[in-house]
Amino acid sequence: MNQASIETGSALAIAPFATTLAKNKISLTRDKTTTLQINIGFLCNQNCRHCHVEAGPKSDKIMDAQTADAVADFAEAGGFSTADITGGAPEMNPNLSHLIEKLAPSVSKIIVRSNLTAISNGKWDGLMEIFQEHKVTITASLPSLNKSQTDAQRGSGVYEKSLAVLKKLNGEGYGIEGTGLELNFVSNPAGAFLPPSQASLETRFRSDLKRKFGIKFNNLYTFANAPLGRFETWLKDSGAYGKYMDRLVREFNPCSVGGLMCRYLVSISWEGYLYDCDFNLACDLPLAGRKIHVSEMTGPPAPGSPIVVGDHCYTCCAGAGFT
Amino acid sequence: METYYDPKDLPKFGEIGKDAPELAKKFFEYYNAVFAEGELTEREKSLIALGVAHAVQCPYCIDAYTQACLEKGSNTEEMTEAVHVAAAIRGGASLIHGLQMRKVSDKLSL
Repeated sequence: MNQASIETGSALAIAPFATTLAKNKISLTRDKTTTLQINIGFLCNQNCRHCHVEAGPKSDKIMDAQTADAVADFAEAGGFSTADITGGAPEMNPNLSHLIEKLAPSVSKIIVRSNLTAISNGKWDGLMEIFQEHKVTITASLPSLNKSQTDAQRGSGVYEKSLAVLKKLNGEGYGIEGTGLELNFVSNPAGAFLPPSQASLETRFRSDLKRKFGIKFNNLYTFANAPLGRFETWLKDSGAYGKYMDRLVREFNPCSVGGLMCRYLVSISWEGYLYDCDFNLACDLPLAGRKIHVSEMTGPPAPGSPIVVGDHCYTCCAGAGFT
Repeated sequence: METYYDPKDLPKFGEIGKDAPELAKKFFEYYNAVFAEGELTEREKSLIALGVAHAVQCPYCIDAYTQACLEKGSNTEEMTEAVHVAAAIRGGASLIHGLQMRKVSDKLSL
């Protein structure tokens, strides 16, 4: 290990992800693309320390109305079943309502990824009406039932604010059986370690949130942190990068590849360019290796077309897989 | 060898089977069965293991079960309490022997 790798804790020559796929005789190609993921910009009211797109309050990278219209046209032509809107904090893009209205006739399900604090910053009334009208699924970030872990990842005071917003969402019918208003959680670990099993964490979240705060939700998904963006910087600064990458490589599970999200979704950047997933978007590895604008697309990428990979792809293939 | 303990040895634990493979196989099968979900959850078992790791003062075990506890969804408050449980039992085990000291002393004293 040289001096530079000691300082950053970088991994001792890990096998490139493409080599690992080849060694396991796996060809990573697209299945039918059913989900259109739309990253409407990196503007966010938080500066989460694990954020792979390094979103924050100072970002001016947000999708404009013209690009949103082009995305909606693509959704109409593409026969997608789901539109998954992410960011940044999607609530901070003034075109969010317009985009939802335009997408609604073309897809059967719309998901908005929420950090739970942006929506409470004067956005509630306008957005809640549209969310409820179109039965928008809210997929909210909540890493932990523990205040210290949540605030360490997402910023001071976020845990308390998140709980208050969750109670308010339950009050609007979100997460309540029979309303058709789905409230899901995404839990990312608050550090350089892998998440617990999804089923066990969901059971504990359901029981503890109900018992302690009376909060209800539908589903919980666990995701490992991708070594990209702000999380990669933290890994290197803290000297944990090498150990984390070694762990991801050691946990590579060939059986997880068939279910990877990149086989079923296409991701669009705030500028309207296409990527195989939001992680490839974060490190600018465009679909098919070249920048294709959504306005050039007449339909989704064809089944069987190859998926662009990088070493961050180990993240989604660790253990049972996170996708 | 610069120190007796080396973190790089931890992932090599399986090599202990090199000259006694059958015994190692039995041990690791038992070990894996112990930590599988049962009446106690994997998370609860990891917290117990972390406490025991501190009681036996095994740096390999502390490293492994700190990581395991975090990955099973525990937090540092819970893990610190588990260490206090170990400390209380260790401390209590010393202190309870004080009764033996008192009995001996009583016999010897006027």
